[in-house]
Amino acid sequence: MSFAVEVRDLTVRYGRATAVDNVSLRLEPGVVYGLLGRNGAGKTSLLSTIAAFQRASSGSVLVDGEDPYENARVMAGIALVREGGDFPEEKVRGVLDFAARLRPHWSAELAAELVDRFELPLDKKPTQLSRGKRSALGVVVGLASRAPLTMFDEAYLGLDAPSRYAFYDALLADYAAHPRTIVLSSHLIEEVERLFERVIILDQGTVLLEEDAEDLRSRGRTVTGPQDEVEAFVTGLRVVGRAQLGRTLQVTVVGDLPPGAEQRAVEAGLELGSVPLQDLFVHLTSKGERR
Amino acid sequence: MFDGREPIYLQIAEQIRAQVVSGALGEDEQVMSTTQYATTFRINPATAQKAFAELVEEGVLYKRRGLGMFVAPGARERLLERRRASFFAEVVDPVAAQARVLGIPLADVVARLEQRFAADGDPSHTADDGAAAPSAPDHPQEDPR
Repeated sequence: MSFAVEVRDLTVRYGRATAVDNVSLRLEPGVVYGLLGRNGAGKTSLLSTIAAFQRASSGSVLVDGEDPYENARVMAGIALVREGGDFPEEKVRGVLDFAARLRPHWSAELAAELVDRFELPLDKKPTQLSRGKRSALGVVVGLASRAPLTMFDEAYLGLDAPSRYAFYDALLADYAAHPRTIVLSSHLIEEVERLFERVIILDQGTVLLEEDAEDLRSRGRTVTGPQDEVEAFVTGLRVVGRAQLGRTLQVTVVGDLPPGAEQRAVEAGLELGSVPLQDLFVHLTSKGERR
Repeated sequence: MFDGREPIYLQIAEQIRAQVVSGALGEDEQVMSTTQYATTFRINPATAQKAFAELVEEGVLYKRRGLGMFVAPGARERLLERRRASFFAEVVDPVAAQARVLGIPLADVVARLEQRFAADGDPSHTADDGAAAPSAPDHPQEDPR
């Protein structure tokens, strides 16, 4: 079971600061989204509003066709896991029992398996756990809830590398068996980019882009070679970065190349390379490159 | 695994094609499921699905409802035929272009090819030992596919 999300003209303000600025966005049911943005881009405010943890200043959010705010049916189907976690003051065992009562699609089996994998002590309180274990508890609750809309707001960043990979594996395996709408927000992209089917990039409270992850990845190219040849080749293309080493110039371009461009590059002795999503993200959101 | 500029689904499709061509995947043999691809390579299952869709379109795979994806009968022969058709444009032409850039004479290229064919035991070709064969360039042109 999967929820769709419809965000219309959403603005979230804190006093005079605008965290989310007139955002419209649709999340298709059953898709894994990557929500990328620098710190302060508005990721947490957007997700918290979708999860009805807070109210919109203006605009609207519909989850599975309804306003989630104080809507018991929809709220039970939304799991937002935040860094640090929002846990009741109980032992880990009690936290899991609480989630089991709250979540109609709760899988006790998956929870037990993950508790085992992350070596979580059942008789300690969340406040007694290390940052890594507390993150793991958030991940366990988030995954075992099998909520039709599951959102991880940088919740897994507190895990160490082996635990993060265990999380990715568990997420993919359980998502494949029980498809649902998933949002992973992060500013660390390299590890997670292949988990996404679609990518949303937030920048200064607005949506910079929302598109297929594979398409986005193939949109960035580096062009490397003699300075004059490179300059001639990239004329008319959208240049987002350049690095020079002696007479060799490397330029990063974004967008589709015109037909025949690859052939011309080879003939001109230029090298075309790929741009990792992480670099593309940095180029697109770094100061001075914004538009 | 699955690095480089090409979208991952194209790389997966190409890997499956290569397995069919080499015979590692036989006719009517089952291909790994999208879930297996997803968990083995840590990719979104939709990415693997995209690769399968492309291969079904090409007649390399077919779907058995509820069971998964299988190699289509005649898939290997179809792929070989397609590769033969594009061999000169995609493999030989870049070699010629590269040789010209590096100033390697045609005769040396031909000599090298004859030597390789002989070494691989092709009875229809014999090596001409008249000239010392040039060594291979440091970065051989890769098959662009």
